[in-house]
Amino acid sequence: MSLRRLPQALAVPLLALGFSLLVGAVFVLAIGRDPVAVYAELLRGTLGSPYGVGQVLFKATPLIFTGLACALAFRAGLVNIGAEGQLYVGAFATAWAGFTFRGAPALVLAPACILAGALAGAAWGAVPGILKARFGSHEVINTIMLNFVAIALTGYMVSNVFVVPETVHTPEIAAAARLPRFEAFMPFFGGSPVNVSFLLALAAAAGYALLMNRTRLGYELRVVGHSAGAGEYAGIRTGPAVITAMALSGALAGMVGSNFVLGYKHYFEGGFSAGIGFMGLAVALLAQGSAVGVVLAALFFGMLSHGALVINTMVPKELVEILQATVIASVIVSSNVVQDYARRRARERTAAGVTP
Amino acid sequence: MKRAARWMGWVMFGALALLPLGCAKKQDSKPVASTGPRVGLVFDVGGRGDQSFNDSAWRGLQKAQAQLGADIANVVEPGEGSDRESALRGLAAKDLDLIFGVGFIFTDDIDRVAGDFPGKHFACIDYALKDGAAVPPNVLALKFKEEEGSFLVGALAAWLSKTHRLGFVGGMDIALIHKFAAGFQAGAKYADPNVNVIVKYAGVTGDAFKNPTKGKELALGMYSEGADIIFHASGATGQGVFEAAKDQKKLAIGVDSDQWRPEYDGVVLTSMIKNVDESVFQAVKAVKAGAWKGGVQELGLKENGVGYVYDAHNHRLIPAEIHDRLEALKARIISGEIKVPKE
Amino acid sequence: MSSPAVELLDIHKSFSRVKANDGVNLAVARGEIHALVGENGAGKSTLMKILYGLYAPDRGEIRIDGKPARFRGPADALRAGLGMVHQHFMLVRPFTVVENMLLGREGVPPVLPMDRVAASREIRDLSGRYALDVEPGAVVEDLPVGVQQRAEILRVLLHGASILIFDEPTAVLTPQEATDFFRVLGGLRDQGKTILLITHKLDEVMQVADRVTVMRAGRVVGERAVRDTSPAELARLMVGRDVALGRVEGEAPAGAPVLEVRSLGVRDSRRIARVNSVSFQVRAGEIVGIAGVEGNGQTELVEAIAGLREVEAGTIHMDGRDVTGSRVAQRQRSGLVHVPEDRQRRGLVLEMSLAENLLLGRQRESEFSGRVLLRAEPILRMARRLSEEFDVRPRDVSLKTRDFSGGNQQKIVVARELGRAPRLIVASQPTRGVDIGAIEFIHARLREARDQGVAVLLVSADLREVMSLSDRILVMYGGRVVGEVPGRDAREDRLGTLMLGGAA
Repeated sequence: MSLRRLPQALAVPLLALGFSLLVGAVFVLAIGRDPVAVYAELLRGTLGSPYGVGQVLFKATPLIFTGLACALAFRAGLVNIGAEGQLYVGAFATAWAGFTFRGAPALVLAPACILAGALAGAAWGAVPGILKARFGSHEVINTIMLNFVAIALTGYMVSNVFVVPETVHTPEIAAAARLPRFEAFMPFFGGSPVNVSFLLALAAAAGYALLMNRTRLGYELRVVGHSAGAGEYAGIRTGPAVITAMALSGALAGMVGSNFVLGYKHYFEGGFSAGIGFMGLAVALLAQGSAVGVVLAALFFGMLSHGALVINTMVPKELVEILQATVIASVIVSSNVVQDYARRRARERTAAGVTP
Repeated sequence: MKRAARWMGWVMFGALALLPLGCAKKQDSKPVASTGPRVGLVFDVGGRGDQSFNDSAWRGLQKAQAQLGADIANVVEPGEGSDRESALRGLAAKDLDLIFGVGFIFTDDIDRVAGDFPGKHFACIDYALKDGAAVPPNVLALKFKEEEGSFLVGALAAWLSKTHRLGFVGGMDIALIHKFAAGFQAGAKYADPNVNVIVKYAGVTGDAFKNPTKGKELALGMYSEGADIIFHASGATGQGVFEAAKDQKKLAIGVDSDQWRPEYDGVVLTSMIKNVDESVFQAVKAVKAGAWKGGVQELGLKENGVGYVYDAHNHRLIPAEIHDRLEALKARIISGEIKVPKE
Repeated sequence: MSSPAVELLDIHKSFSRVKANDGVNLAVARGEIHALVGENGAGKSTLMKILYGLYAPDRGEIRIDGKPARFRGPADALRAGLGMVHQHFMLVRPFTVVENMLLGREGVPPVLPMDRVAASREIRDLSGRYALDVEPGAVVEDLPVGVQQRAEILRVLLHGASILIFDEPTAVLTPQEATDFFRVLGGLRDQGKTILLITHKLDEVMQVADRVTVMRAGRVVGERAVRDTSPAELARLMVGRDVALGRVEGEAPAGAPVLEVRSLGVRDSRRIARVNSVSFQVRAGEIVGIAGVEGNGQTELVEAIAGLREVEAGTIHMDGRDVTGSRVAQRQRSGLVHVPEDRQRRGLVLEMSLAENLLLGRQRESEFSGRVLLRAEPILRMARRLSEEFDVRPRDVSLKTRDFSGGNQQKIVVARELGRAPRLIVASQPTRGVDIGAIEFIHARLREARDQGVAVLLVSADLREVMSLSDRILVMYGGRVVGEVPGRDAREDRLGTLMLGGAA
């Protein structure tokens, strides 16, 4: 089974990549640049040096968290468009814990900061869950609305409550709360802020896989996600399941702060994420709910994201954005195309499968 | 379906076949015929095209290209917050003589990258000074006394106001923008102790600088409360202020660059200009002359770092007599006779 | 003698290693109703898809009116006069009948206003000629299923079909609608149309068909004129052995009441009262059947007993305890199992595997789950055992239930529910869409449960099923129980009268 799936799993990204590279090449040619040089630069800047690889990992870290968040919600039949807001409140809570409990030892403080982020994200995610469970109002609208609230609220906190003059960030967290950068023990990553929270993200992915596939809670969430009717029938109460799923999803998104706050800047900065939460939806879609898929998709998008910056001196930003969007769209489209094809094949096989 | 998959397979094959070709070929960067310094610049997120601060920096570079023969090909627009440092780092790894970060938000990023590349020169516009921390030796912190320019346009507005009511639309509610408000209010009170200034901010996030709809809403509110001149310090949000002024046939004051446009003729009273372009140009010039120096440069009226616009487009809005009084006021600030508050 | 309207010669079709059609020959004479019967997976659907141009045969030939034909798709087939009436209608539900008829018709310009008046006239003509009785201006989704089916037939006729293929046409119809449908079929034949009827219901074959071809395991195992055969012979051909579907009386008298419903009132999701003061008991060791035309409150009654729908008035007791307000999980713990009428919406999670579906509702039992983690081994063991015992095919516990045939899906649901050592079985349409072999098996299991002292409540639209299984039969009409008949001396005509609201 898994061997049969392998070429299919590889076919998706390769197809999409090829297609979007071609589309991108047309645009690059149109502004009179050499597409081959642009692509070569993109590759060189991302995978061509340890620093570039470090940047890709650094960019992938938050995407793993938000990708898992969205994937978990998807599998429970929910669309969490609110990962962006959840990661803002989560990152803020992480920073708050870090600059408030200055006396605590590192072994306590760093995990406490991460926990604070997860809890804040969970609370923020649970709100639309509760609204859905209690009043049936759709989570898509509520999560979008809560994004605005979260971004404005944290912005207000930074510029009015925890003010550092002439900045838009909070005070710095205590040194004990910092997560070490990889360069501290792997000097070749020199300069790249990739840090221990990448490992945390991988652990979260493993935890997610365990939760969804091996635990009763994961099973029940999947049942509700595929068919609320069957869930009810199986004695699973939909309301609590929805709230739990949204809170877990929010908690995952809320851990994004470990990368930016604990591992990189050491403070919360207003506007630090431009759409990592929304990108999580694309990651989750591409990954089709699998944890390994989320990690791979996040690495891929991380590479695109850093690559975009690298080639920005050669082509205008708008073009870079077109390129990025083309890649993402075609990856998702082609994953549907390939899966459709595979499903049809499978059905043709099983259509006759009952005949001995 | 099968056919579609096969078709896409061929497309992919073709594209991937091209790739190694490209890698094998030497990068064909066209040699730029420049003799002057090589300069890099990183805009703020979403900054380019703001018709204000970021564009002004870009004009400075263009002037350096025209007059000093500078190579200005290395310009980056980052996608999100964490890209600022990474973009600076990318430029620092290249063979460049000076690298700009446009905006106070680059402060920490420049500090960090400057530390890792001690041999490279950096400049940060609106660099934020930290208590007790020194500016790294290879960083030029360019700061402006916005309050001085704001003081002058505040006085001008108070003299011209018929309602004795003025408005101030700030972008993000932060200390940097508070300086504009403070200067404007002080200038207005100085000119007319009975004047009343309504102060509002568009928001608490970076988006507050990119929200013309909100700008218009705030401005319309102020005009309806009786204000007849509004000064904005809100980036692209200010476009909404101008629209409101035009609708209401009232006046507005621009910021950072000269914001007069043909469609806003008779609407834009003047602009409090921040000569970012000039400071960028001067920094490049210093590099070319071999006279580059790190440290803090605070540019006020005296250094021509800030000022106001008085030209053919708006001289009919400002009587000569008022202009004279304004120039006299400017002289008194330069001489230090008047101290303009920052808060 | 003229050549047959449709002739299939030595058709072979394999999927991977499985032979779906293995040298099939079929001849349908012009103007006859020809039934094609066989169990689920016998290869009927594959054969029809080949005939209709959806699959290409590996080998073999199709002849229409004696001329070899090759169809690359349904459009080709339609041009040759072949029309298929699918089980799931190909109608656009929010459109009117006329709009649907004009859809996809050749010669209609895409942007010009459609000539509804002319089209409506044409529809009335056809509809009159074949006694189809469809109002051209009606919106499809407002029509009863039976009328929708007639609209679908009309659409195929309008496209000029002279040979009509019906795929399990009565699966979605009520008994009354089915009777009407058979009348329409007869009319079509009398007007010279050729009809190919795919089904696994033998009584239908006996009732309307002229000839019948039986398939088993990809081959044709017999062809008969209907007047020369019997249901028993056909069943033997289909299954490959003798099949018994008759009544078997219980071994022991019924015991204490397990389920007790008192003055129950239930409303549906639109707050319309569906069940009105219904009272009855089901005792240990008896099967109580509920007969009734669908839509007379059975669905809501069953959902209320299962705990899926709020009770408006009255009480439900299990083993003497009031469970009226208790949750599904609690009822399950006290021994209630439920075979839901809608297996796709309630009974199965189509995107999940066979094993995961067999776990549904039992995921909290300590045998299968610890505090946090599920116990993979016992679950797999249970899944393998049940799929073996209930003969679920293919026997692949990791296959998604979506990929099983309808009959096997139903077996999965039944296997899960009956495999739980229940006190009370509530079985709603337990054999819908299931072939004869499986029906026999499911019936046997229900009887076996009864004989072991389980209380069984059976709700079925299939009157014969109710009659052959039940010890007592309750008839529901308009949300009330309008009569009770002992199963032993139930007669179809009497039950039928009660079901239609007549006096007993």
